[in-house]
Amino acid sequence: MDIKKVHIVIPIVMAGIIGYFGTEIMDIKKVHILIPIVMAGIIGYLGTKIMDIKEVHILIPIVMAGIIGYLGQTDLNEAFSVLPSIPHISRPSSQPVRQVDLDETSLVISRQTDLNEAFSVLPRMSYPQPFVDKPQRTDVLLMSPWLAPIMWEGTFNRDILNAQYRQKKFVVGVATFAVKKYVRFIEGFLGSANKFFLSGHRVNFYLFTDHPEKVPSMKLAPEKSLFIIPVQNYSRWQDISMNRMDIISNRIRTHWHYEVDYLYSMDIDVQMFEHIGVEIIDTLVGTISSWQYTKPRDSNSYERRPESRAAIPSGEGDFYYAASFYGGSVSEVYKLTTACFKGVTEDRANGIEAKWHEESHLNKYLLYHKPTRLLSPEYYWDEELPRPQIIRVKRLSSVRKDLEEVRS
Amino acid sequence: MIWKEKILIQLIPKGTVSFCLPPFSSSFRRLDVLTLTPWLAPIVWEGTFNSELLDSAYKPLNLTIGVTAFAIGKYTMFVGRFVESAEKLFMKGYRVNYYIFTNDPQVIPRVQLQPGRSLSIVPIKKYSHWQEISMRRMEAINRHIAEVSHREVNYLFCLDIDMVFHNPWGVETLGEMVAAIHPGYYNVPRSQFPYERRSSSAAFIPDSQGDFYYAGAVFGGLLKQVYEFTRACHMTILADKANGIMAAWQEESHLNKRFFSHKPSKLLSPEYVWDDTKPKPPEVRLIRFSTVNKDYKEIRD
Repeated sequence: MDIKKVHIVIPIVMAGIIGYFGTEIMDIKKVHILIPIVMAGIIGYLGTKIMDIKEVHILIPIVMAGIIGYLGQTDLNEAFSVLPSIPHISRPSSQPVRQVDLDETSLVISRQTDLNEAFSVLPRMSYPQPFVDKPQRTDVLLMSPWLAPIMWEGTFNRDILNAQYRQKKFVVGVATFAVKKYVRFIEGFLGSANKFFLSGHRVNFYLFTDHPEKVPSMKLAPEKSLFIIPVQNYSRWQDISMNRMDIISNRIRTHWHYEVDYLYSMDIDVQMFEHIGVEIIDTLVGTISSWQYTKPRDSNSYERRPESRAAIPSGEGDFYYAASFYGGSVSEVYKLTTACFKGVTEDRANGIEAKWHEESHLNKYLLYHKPTRLLSPEYYWDEELPRPQIIRVKRLSSVRKDLEEVRS
Repeated sequence: MIWKEKILIQLIPKGTVSFCLPPFSSSFRRLDVLTLTPWLAPIVWEGTFNSELLDSAYKPLNLTIGVTAFAIGKYTMFVGRFVESAEKLFMKGYRVNYYIFTNDPQVIPRVQLQPGRSLSIVPIKKYSHWQEISMRRMEAINRHIAEVSHREVNYLFCLDIDMVFHNPWGVETLGEMVAAIHPGYYNVPRSQFPYERRSSSAAFIPDSQGDFYYAGAVFGGLLKQVYEFTRACHMTILADKANGIMAAWQEESHLNKRFFSHKPSKLLSPEYVWDDTKPKPPEVRLIRFSTVNKDYKEIRD
């Protein structure tokens, strides 16, 4: 035949074309790639008889055909995959079909959009697949009956939560009170919170104290700030405890609703031992008390006397919440603290004090204003209690102390 | 546009007997299935929620819930059964607005509706290929929200029309952004999810990634979120169009991509989007919403 060197290009180009378009038009199988390679081989072989080509040169077009064929297919798996035999819900065939109505491409887009926003925002992360038939924990309740998640170790992936949280640039405030002898707990609280509380995220610690001069100077992480706010003390520790609600409510109104997005109230006489992260961030958050999580509803420590504003009728109640750690969005915490303190004030006017002080009022409030998220007793563990197996992690716990001595 | 505010559950205190059961009892627990995603979105299964409790909290809020469904060409034949069954089982006792998008308003049947519920017909063009019809839904919903429904509803669900309600679908499904787990792929490794696998598509998800395979037949949420969601899906659909590619499962592929990068705040179990040709496994105690058997060849063109 009258074949010239240039004709070697034909099968190479064909291999490229078949490889490139094969994914769109035909069901290309591995074997089809061989066609251009074989053709290159044949032409090359015949060529040696006619032209002055060494046999080793035949390898060149064969290899090139193979390479073009391989690269031409954007994804080999696409052409070679076996279709699953599971019927799809409303379409019988999952073969990709390349059909574009060219006359309909001029669509009206109502406003300029940032295409980057439409594509993946979360960084590429690798984590195990969640399987629908494999619950993470079966020993504890993971959701309340109103579908609020309960935070337990093993149920969440903090990397995903952090990635979602970081996009929003929230500021979180923590209100804590160190009055009279409780100033001794400041260092332990701030030192451990600096390390374990919302690590890597912006937090404003608002420390209310009657002894600002006694606050130790502490070096905090760059995204953590400390604000020391002088406050009056009261002779009765119960009053100090209950008036926190009023102070927080006022402070939100005057300052915090401009300064933070979320606010948490925490007892000072605690230390943190494990990370407490963005899993706590939600609209209204209560912590299940470590004393009460197993007790049946009726022997709970709810206030039951109907004379008190904190009274919960018998037969009612979801959980017993600890006043040591609660929070939420700044507007919800405002409503909570205002309502609770109103209850405290009305009780005082009626000469009654609720069984567990502001904690009783908090429980009444959270019964009728369901929290959107609950923290398990991992998030506030009373040191006096032995730790059961279901509490795998003790993130925050009270500091051992002589209650009589410290409260005097 | 004025967006309706986020909803918080509050109960008006009652002096009467409470309907709350002790929280750690077995009444509202499922031990056999995943009920929380790794990013803490609840997965709604029968047995995880107390309907009475949720209703007592949501009813006083005077919500209106919207439903969009597309009945194009021969799919208009499904409207009657869809709406009749929804009247009995979808958000019973709440205000509901049905928005039926169709190219043929004349053939839409008049269904008797409960008080507080309305049906409006949204005229829409019929495209020549069923895939095109399917993919245009995102744009149509988005536009309709901007023009009409933002004034009328708080929450919006976008459902396929060729389906029927068999059991109650209530406010346990309400959330900021809600997706439903596809019944065909809920216990399958992620590499077998029928995501779009070509990296040239904007809906591409690699083999090693992905949480769930979500069904295109059901999604919804707060109106503002659904607006953003449909806009984002429509943008990726357009990007693919510009590159001359159509994703493996049309807008369902784009929906899955979007839900992967912007995770839903609540998931509905396959109870809420079932395929009647499949045998019911023990995990699925109740089928609430499922396909109507049909001959695809006959109705698609």
